[in-house]
Amino acid sequence: MTELLVGTKKGLFVLHGEPGAAFEVGTRAFAGEPVEYAMRDQRTSRYFACVTSAFYGPKVFYTDDLGGEWEQAAGVELPEDAEKPLERLWTVVPAETDDHLFAGGAPGVLFESRDGGANWELNKPFWDQPTRPDWSPGAGGMCMHSIATWPGDPSRVALAISAVGVWLTDDGGQTWRHGNKGMYPRYMPEEAREETITLCVHNMHRAPKRPERLFMQFHGGVYRSDDAGESWASIAGGLPSDFGFPMVLDPDDPDSAYVIPLVADMDRVTPDGRVRVYETRDAGATWTERGDGLPSDNAYLTILRQAFCSDDSGPNMGLYFGATSGDVFGSGDAGATWFTAATKLPPVHSVRVA
Amino acid sequence: MVTVRLRAPLSELAGGRREVELEGITVLDVLRALEHEHPGVKGWILDEQGNIREHINVFVNKEYGREGTRLGPDARVHIIPAISGG
Repeated sequence: MTELLVGTKKGLFVLHGEPGAAFEVGTRAFAGEPVEYAMRDQRTSRYFACVTSAFYGPKVFYTDDLGGEWEQAAGVELPEDAEKPLERLWTVVPAETDDHLFAGGAPGVLFESRDGGANWELNKPFWDQPTRPDWSPGAGGMCMHSIATWPGDPSRVALAISAVGVWLTDDGGQTWRHGNKGMYPRYMPEEAREETITLCVHNMHRAPKRPERLFMQFHGGVYRSDDAGESWASIAGGLPSDFGFPMVLDPDDPDSAYVIPLVADMDRVTPDGRVRVYETRDAGATWTERGDGLPSDNAYLTILRQAFCSDDSGPNMGLYFGATSGDVFGSGDAGATWFTAATKLPPVHSVRVA
Repeated sequence: MVTVRLRAPLSELAGGRREVELEGITVLDVLRALEHEHPGVKGWILDEQGNIREHINVFVNKEYGREGTRLGPDARVHIIPAISGG
């Protein structure tokens, strides 16, 4: 049985099912509230949900029992002297030591928990970056959406922010530096492209079996880094569009990546009314269309950056994604064939296998 | 004493109480006192900077109030979500 955590504009939906057939809605939590992201820490089986109430502000909640009460995590807030309040939490990521987790949010902030997620603290070195006054948000806010840990090495972490590029640490978050070489921001004037730090990364993942390799979906670009995020090379050739939001890797294959192209930044829907996932198994040299079972007619969907995930690895890897249309699609064979897992949910913000 | 009236989920965060009696000269005083007495409310009405969140309405008796609105001795402060959203 697969358990899917689907964060939507109107609450968290927990879906259950087997690949190949429609899933059932099991639990619903935070009814009416926007759930930006939900995940389960496999180490502890603890569930987390990032909830951004329009009225009461952004909060992180956790529970060890989906049928029980959710508790509000403490410390997820900005300093009192910040210019503006915390806007939103975009992701929760297990770190490389027991009970250590990261959370990323807007405006470009990193939180850490050392007790399994009950209490959190702002990463001050990142908060105090001297260039912060010059940072610019993307359309969705200045969101830290991607936190890529290095398997087995807690000192090395890569962050990605829309629109403040990639940040790297080699000392566990005490110091940070840019990792932006090679990105080509078409949305900036030509004269500014070389120097700008206004780099709108949409998604970034590290290949666990070859951790110096990362893949990135950019705001107009798909990139790969083979030097731990120091520099990036385009791998967008062969895709119908280099614009999109989410990205998924097969964790056992460092040459793999999956993207869901949208038309362009001015038209953020699936091209030609067809929903298609694109897969590479040669590190971006070639891409293969994967759409058997996905809508092929009059389907103009938008898939947001946290709404695509994988389950396990190899030829039977699960893939799941949700759209703002409220549809959720899945594959039980690494994208070879697809099925409709759910329809008519509220707009989907995030999808993760529990 | 000022009476602060709460609705769910704020009332749940205040131990199930829909009315709380508090001391304060201004709305901000009373909201800070509410956070002190019921820490679960912290961050829900006031943001990190001590401002009433954008989509929360505070009424003092039947008038809109802000952080600096002064309160009479028998004021009733209502904390109500704004009629906004989508």
